[in-house]
Amino acid sequence: MTTTQIAQVGAAAPEHIPYRPPRGVRYGATAGLLVLLIAFPLMFPNPTVTSIAVFTMIYLVAAIGWNIFSGFSGYISIGHAAYYGIGQYTVALIIIHAGLPGGWDTFALLPAAGLVAALLSIPIGWLLLRVRKHTFIVLTIAVMFILQLLAFNLTDFTKGSGGVTLPFPTWTGNFFNMPFYYVGLLCAVVAGAVAWWVRRSKFGLGLFAIRDDEERARGLGIKVTRTKLIAYAASAFFVGIAGGLYAPFVGSVYPQFGFDPNFDLAIAVLVFVGGIGTLSGPVLGALVLIPLQQYFYLQFGNGNLYLVAYGVLFILILRLLPGGIVPGVTNAWRARLVARARARLDGAGRTEASDAGRKARA
Amino acid sequence: MSVIQVTDLKKSYGGIRALAGCSMTFEDKAINGLIGPNGSGKTTLFNVITGYETADSGRVSLRDRDITNAKPDFVFAQGVGRTFQITRIFPQLTVLQNVHVAAQRQGFAAQARGWDSAAERERAMEVLDFVGLARLAPEIAGDLSYGQQKLLEFATITMAGPSVILLDEPAGGVNPSLLRHISDRIRALNSEGVTFIIVEHDMEFVMRLCDHVLVMRQGSALTSGAPEQVRSDPAVLEAYLGTEPREGR
Repeated sequence: MTTTQIAQVGAAAPEHIPYRPPRGVRYGATAGLLVLLIAFPLMFPNPTVTSIAVFTMIYLVAAIGWNIFSGFSGYISIGHAAYYGIGQYTVALIIIHAGLPGGWDTFALLPAAGLVAALLSIPIGWLLLRVRKHTFIVLTIAVMFILQLLAFNLTDFTKGSGGVTLPFPTWTGNFFNMPFYYVGLLCAVVAGAVAWWVRRSKFGLGLFAIRDDEERARGLGIKVTRTKLIAYAASAFFVGIAGGLYAPFVGSVYPQFGFDPNFDLAIAVLVFVGGIGTLSGPVLGALVLIPLQQYFYLQFGNGNLYLVAYGVLFILILRLLPGGIVPGVTNAWRARLVARARARLDGAGRTEASDAGRKARA
Repeated sequence: MSVIQVTDLKKSYGGIRALAGCSMTFEDKAINGLIGPNGSGKTTLFNVITGYETADSGRVSLRDRDITNAKPDFVFAQGVGRTFQITRIFPQLTVLQNVHVAAQRQGFAAQARGWDSAAERERAMEVLDFVGLARLAPEIAGDLSYGQQKLLEFATITMAGPSVILLDEPAGGVNPSLLRHISDRIRALNSEGVTFIIVEHDMEFVMRLCDHVLVMRQGSALTSGAPEQVRSDPAVLEAYLGTEPREGR
């Protein structure tokens, strides 16, 4: 049987239509976005705006990290605040116990925040990744609350509900947010590069195979436990770094804000809205939703009104674009290209038929 | 010479005995057919051999090496690949990516490399071309027709170059034209030394293709032999039709 005959059997497009925009468009858009993000605080130096931008960078790092595991493997974690809190406490406790002044040294502790989160994620992940789907989701939430309880109760170590207060940075004024913003952006770029590498590596292909059919992936030689665990630890690493950046920015760490269930809801919603499992989905989700959340927060005070807005948006996205904005838009773009190609083929077919008819009549 | 030997294999699901002391030998470098009525334990036997299910007792050996209750990734690494009764592909991956999944390599450096290195891509395209799917390489696998998915599943296991391939109902739901194509591919690989074990209900397909046929009934081996010999065996007719063989036949 020829390949043409085979192609006729299925519902594949008449010619291959790419699933994503051309590489040049993607790379150009990434470079353009990066330039925009670098220039943003210089164009809008207002401290309120740059403060929102810092929160956006922190969530961006966390969202990209979360997506490396949950997006690529299909294991949805609603307990990554555990690693956000661990990152916060790691930086805070090192600063307090080492007597470090607030300042540039703080940023040097970010790798430590990521490493401690990643190291602790290995035994936790080893236990949790034995179960799947709903059970996995519930257990991740349970682990996060267990760690929150520990932070409340290990008062000698964490200062309990009194929290840990950190020294202020040595810089002030309109410049105050700038270092946090640019370090956050650098972390986001590194996280994005790692996510890009994972997506195109054999390791990443293994993760995607696990997402589609874990048993089959194992049956084709993939070490599924090891693959999931490495992705889980990498994910915890970046979420830990996000926490490590958050603590010195707000100047304090409390158990309920360190291990915060709202953080998990926010991360999951923004990645789902942007497009889970894609590279650009978490970026789009974070860049749109976090400023929106911060706007609601500033506009309506310290309430949870933004969660209502999140809920509404989540329902709308699930109804209108079930895969998220990025897959929804790219699928619509591809459907248009497929329709055009089919119309072209139909047109060619009609021309051939009419030529044949003319010849027959002649 | 035997390639896979199962000895007194037992497997129960609650009160149902899927394998009841099954013992049989599959010939090396041959196309072995495994037939039997529904519920006779053929797929369970496949699952136990390939590590998808654990046996309650008994032994599975691959070229005299004990692989009883080994994990599926270990069995696959020993050169045993399989397909499923209900096709199992990775529906959200492209056709090309599906084939590449089976070319996983161990070690950090190998895992860190791009999934479609030039050499492996060439091999993957060869494999896809072998089953006639090369043109569909960039398409999403979930968009393929059922028959094409069967071919893709077959191509995926051949990517790793296994020495033994277990096919579970390769003819199920496949049109005659595709079925001929699959038969040709099986024969071509077998001529290169690949052993096949095929579970199939399409008797014509089995009898035409297989060198050696084994029959199961109620979780154990009933008989085995050349296709013509098995086809005329009264015990086989009885197992399939539920009738007592007439005297003198």
